Amino acid sequence: MNTATQAPGDFWEVEPHHHHEGASTSIGFWIYLMSDCLMFAVLFAVFGVLGGSYAAGPGPKDLFDLELVALNTAFLLLSSITYGFAMLAMVKENTRGTLMWLGITLVFGLLFLAVEIYEFQHLIHLGAGPQRSAFLSAFFALVGTHGLHVAFGCLWLVTLMIQIRQRGLIPANRRRLACLSMFWHFLDVIWIGVFTFVYLLGMI
Amino acid sequence: MTHFFKRLSWLAPLPLLAGCEAVVLRPSGDIAARQAELLVQSTLLMLIIIVPVMALTVWFAWRYRASNRQATYNPDWDHSTKLELVIWAIPLLIIVCLGALTWVGTHLLDPYRPLDRIDAQTPVSNQQPLQVQVVAMDWKWLFIYPEQGVASVNELAVPVDRPVQFTLTATSVMNAFYIPAMAGMIYAMPGMQTTLHGVFNEAGEYQGLASHYSGHGFSGMRFKAHALDGAGFDSWVAQAADSGETLDRARYLELEKPSENVAPMAFAPVDPQLFSRVVNMCVEDGRMCMAEMMAYDAQGGLGLPGIANVTVLAEAGRGTPRPVLGLPPFQVTGICTVEELDRMLASAAPAESTPRDMSPLRGRALEAPQGILGRNLIPNRLTQTTPPAGADQNL
Amino acid sequence: MAVPSNIETTFLLGRLDWNAIPQDPIVWATGVVVVIGGAGLLWMLHKYRLWSYLWHEWFTTVDHKKIGIMYVVLALVMFVRGFADAIMMRLQQAIAFGGSEGYLNSHHYDQIFSAHGVIMIFFVAMPFVTGLMNYVVPLQIGARDVSFPFLNNLSFWMTVGGAVLTMASLFVGEFAQTGWLAFPPLSGLGSSPYVGVDYYIWGLQVAGVGTTLSGINLLVTIIKMRAPGMTMMRMPIFTWTSLCTNILIVASFPVLTATLVLLTLDRYVGTNFFTNDLGGNAMMYVNLIWIWGHPEVYILILPLFGVYSEVVATFTGKRLFGYTSMVYATVCITILSYLVWLHHFFTMGSGASVNSFFGITTMIISVPTGAKIFNWLFTMYRSRIRFELPMMWTIAFMLTFVIGGMTGVLLAVPPADFVLHNSLFLVAHFHNVIIGGVLFGLFAAVYYWWPKAFGFRLDPWWGKVSFWFWVVGFWVAFAPLYILGLMGVTRRVRVFDDPSLQIWFVIAAFGAVLIAIGIAAMFIQFGVSIARRDQLRDETGDPWDGRTLEWATSSPPPAYNFAFTPVSHGLDTWWDMKRYGQTRPRATYVPIHMPRNTGTGVIIAGLSTICGFALVWYIWWLAALSFAGIVIASIIHTFNYARDYHIPAEEVRATEDARDRQLASAGV
Repeated sequence: MNTATQAPGDFWEVEPHHHHEGASTSIGFWIYLMSDCLMFAVLFAVFGVLGGSYAAGPGPKDLFDLELVALNTAFLLLSSITYGFAMLAMVKENTRGTLMWLGITLVFGLLFLAVEIYEFQHLIHLGAGPQRSAFLSAFFALVGTHGLHVAFGCLWLVTLMIQIRQRGLIPANRRRLACLSMFWHFLDVIWIGVFTFVYLLGMI
Repeated sequence: MTHFFKRLSWLAPLPLLAGCEAVVLRPSGDIAARQAELLVQSTLLMLIIIVPVMALTVWFAWRYRASNRQATYNPDWDHSTKLELVIWAIPLLIIVCLGALTWVGTHLLDPYRPLDRIDAQTPVSNQQPLQVQVVAMDWKWLFIYPEQGVASVNELAVPVDRPVQFTLTATSVMNAFYIPAMAGMIYAMPGMQTTLHGVFNEAGEYQGLASHYSGHGFSGMRFKAHALDGAGFDSWVAQAADSGETLDRARYLELEKPSENVAPMAFAPVDPQLFSRVVNMCVEDGRMCMAEMMAYDAQGGLGLPGIANVTVLAEAGRGTPRPVLGLPPFQVTGICTVEELDRMLASAAPAESTPRDMSPLRGRALEAPQGILGRNLIPNRLTQTTPPAGADQNL
Repeated sequence: MAVPSNIETTFLLGRLDWNAIPQDPIVWATGVVVVIGGAGLLWMLHKYRLWSYLWHEWFTTVDHKKIGIMYVVLALVMFVRGFADAIMMRLQQAIAFGGSEGYLNSHHYDQIFSAHGVIMIFFVAMPFVTGLMNYVVPLQIGARDVSFPFLNNLSFWMTVGGAVLTMASLFVGEFAQTGWLAFPPLSGLGSSPYVGVDYYIWGLQVAGVGTTLSGINLLVTIIKMRAPGMTMMRMPIFTWTSLCTNILIVASFPVLTATLVLLTLDRYVGTNFFTNDLGGNAMMYVNLIWIWGHPEVYILILPLFGVYSEVVATFTGKRLFGYTSMVYATVCITILSYLVWLHHFFTMGSGASVNSFFGITTMIISVPTGAKIFNWLFTMYRSRIRFELPMMWTIAFMLTFVIGGMTGVLLAVPPADFVLHNSLFLVAHFHNVIIGGVLFGLFAAVYYWWPKAFGFRLDPWWGKVSFWFWVVGFWVAFAPLYILGLMGVTRRVRVFDDPSLQIWFVIAAFGAVLIAIGIAAMFIQFGVSIARRDQLRDETGDPWDGRTLEWATSSPPPAYNFAFTPVSHGLDTWWDMKRYGQTRPRATYVPIHMPRNTGTGVIIAGLSTICGFALVWYIWWLAALSFAGIVIASIIHTFNYARDYHIPAEEVRATEDARDRQLASAGV
């Protein structure tokens, strides 16, 4: 091997290399959210294709109650704000404040779910269940998937609250809070899409 | 010597190979012939680059083998802008040529495009294409000749040198209709209608088949396609007309039940609305036709009262088992009057086709691309009808 | 199998009953072989007390190298199953002439071609490629593991879970009889009321979770964990292609997941996404599944393009020609792969403009692909080619793949596709690119990296036997299919009546037998090489005079891969190290921070598999229980904060000293 040429520099890092634990978590979780977003994109596209196929049954104007949906939207948007307060409290190392705001977020999340379950139950009771038409299938799939995500988020929130109570705002828990924060806001963004495309456009 | 021949006996089947016929490359219909022509042209165009690449691969592999110390060795040579330009440009140029060929060929040979010529020498004059309505069933083909008022199962006959317009649909699952000697294939899909134009230029008996897997009886979904002269076709129609079995909606529902390896059958007369009803999925009594349903949907559906306008299907069979977590299957009940339905189904029948532009497809004559967003990618070709007057007053 | 028109269920077992055992002697015989073989294997494991070793060293491992090897083992096992299906199809088609029904009824035959496709794509090609990326990428970028080691273990076991469900369908119930993409309405409840499609759905969903997670994991690993100095344009080309592949995985598998969820809802709840009636649109499924399906084929082929690039550069002893254009070509292919899905169904009748658009975008992909071929070609120009097995496979690939590429572009011309779609020409085409591209590349990769993984080379003689049988067998098996396609013969047909076709099917079956010999030779080669491992030993860690960082460590590498982090100053870092005479530092060793093994992945994947099985058979209590188990196991896992440990400095020193002695004995 020709060793005459000068090496461009050291080829090995001899100093101990500080590897930050979990340094990749936020980008990893972000990429996961993007893949989740694609799943919603498919459901939106499906709703776009089937949204007008009422099978001679009811359409959005006959079924949706905009006031109820507006209330629901308010619950979810407020929960995003309170989650933001939780994050602010976390930055200030305020464990109690963090837990309190998380608790309020959880209440809003559960209220959102309650309203959604009520809406679904109401529709099914009317006979406008997911089987009645392709429009209703697409509606239940899209809104239901979002609802399942919120339910999962609530479960995660509870778990995280217990973990924060147990161990405080240690770096691992802060990281998890940040991930759940992204998740929660992501669901908010998706809901804005649902509210606009499914409910508002449907009512026009 | 005998030993020698014995040793060669394994070659015996070889003549069989020579006897094979690549029907796709040597078809007897003009459309298939032009498709084959395009196939050969594209292959030749690509061979311009494929052959040198293969030759160079072998040559370089041989020339620069490690044991050949005569060959130049240049271990740090890894870039040459000129060469890079060439290796991107040559494939690109070939693709540009092929792309042009594709654009023109795809428009010229679009299955929806009425024929403009019978063969290379004969343009279509005032000849109307023969209408054949095709239904892909489980697992047989139904051909309806609306002008002749006859129908056949698993046997197709068409006159030589007369354009044929197939309109296709299916009963329960997707399929594809393919007569290799005549024209390329096209899907037949339930609740939808596709169109295929083709012509036979030589009399004979050809193979027709289902080319999209459709379930258990798929292998047996083959039929003979007879290309007959005018007299031959007339007598075939007459024979079918003599069959004496009527194909009405009841008989159709009987026929629709799954069966395999079905021998050819003939029917006459045929309910003139039958095909339209098959496409609209309302052969059964009481079932709402899709055209009717789409008309209501275009107006925003039938509202809350529409929820109850359904009939639970009593009989569970192919197509209608009860989903384990759902309600029993049901159908939407039709509410149009018979007259309204007649009008709707008549207007949903395929429009008569006339050859469009006979001039060579070049430049201006090509349809401007519509852009994928402006066009419905889901090829639901079902003719959308205007709602019958007063349809919603019936509620 | 009599298909019940009304689905009867019991509380305890759902719709599982004695009728679920297939009434088929072929399946029974297979079952007996599997039971005997499995019992034998278990007995051996028990006798040699390997359970604890397997559990602690392999099943619960988070080491990317061991997980990579397990992926490849899974792929090889499933390959045997997939190939058995292929042989059965070839035999059926070779004899089912002149009124003969062959030896398979349609219920069995239709399952076989569906299972063959599903298994070969999802449980052979995917795990094989994922395993390779798992093994090689962290080593090539100078990392100690992937970003999320536990997820890596979970991903692997989820893939196994999907494979287990698919295999279970052979003995309990049936597999889908729909083709490998399960188009509705055929895959809907109406036409496929029994469990076949449900096995398909849940098998793919369980495995799909693993694939998506593994895609995210490797993507983050490549973005975040590269050695200092290794900028994007200094990454080895295999890492580049892996990066693009994982982008494709993350951006396409969610589409598959969502589409299958909708199909599931149609089948279980009676929704109307893909039904004929009530506004459903089956063609939407065809579009959606191919929006995933087309990127999928590039997910498979791109990493192998990377393998060929590494192999060509190594065995020609020359820098890869046109690294930059190779990278751009890869990125072009990645993007274009999303713009071509409609070419899989030109015959749907979407109209000439739509068809031309998708035809032409498809052709454009051949430009970057062609550039790649030329780059390999000009890497060979003025080089010194050593014809070791990986290089032989690469040459075979270049000669085979261009034909497959050509027929592919041909099929992208819509009018040509109208006569060749769904024909055996199409079947020959995609086997030409998947065998000639993906599989040949996987073999090249196995021969290339085997010494790295196990510390000894593979026996070249058996390797050459396998190579020639494979390459010749491939052409003997698939050239007839091209010809049959031109004779207007379509795919998935079980019986034929035109006797003039038979000879071609017989030749194709003969080709399949040649391939079988090639496969057998490969397994013999593994056995022979393991037996002769002392003669084939690689002491240096760099048996092929390699160029990239994986060759800078020992063979097999220590658990921590590199005692000190390598620094990159250009392409081909290891080549530079050798050129500048840089040797491993022997500075003060420090404890190395490593992730700890965990059994949670096995538990969650096992519960997912049970849940999938329960859902297939409508055993609701079991589904609910196992789902709750998944959630609880996941939550418990998050309460474990002690997920890592340190390898003591003394242990690192001992390992590195041993490597010094090994290198000295090898005379390096």
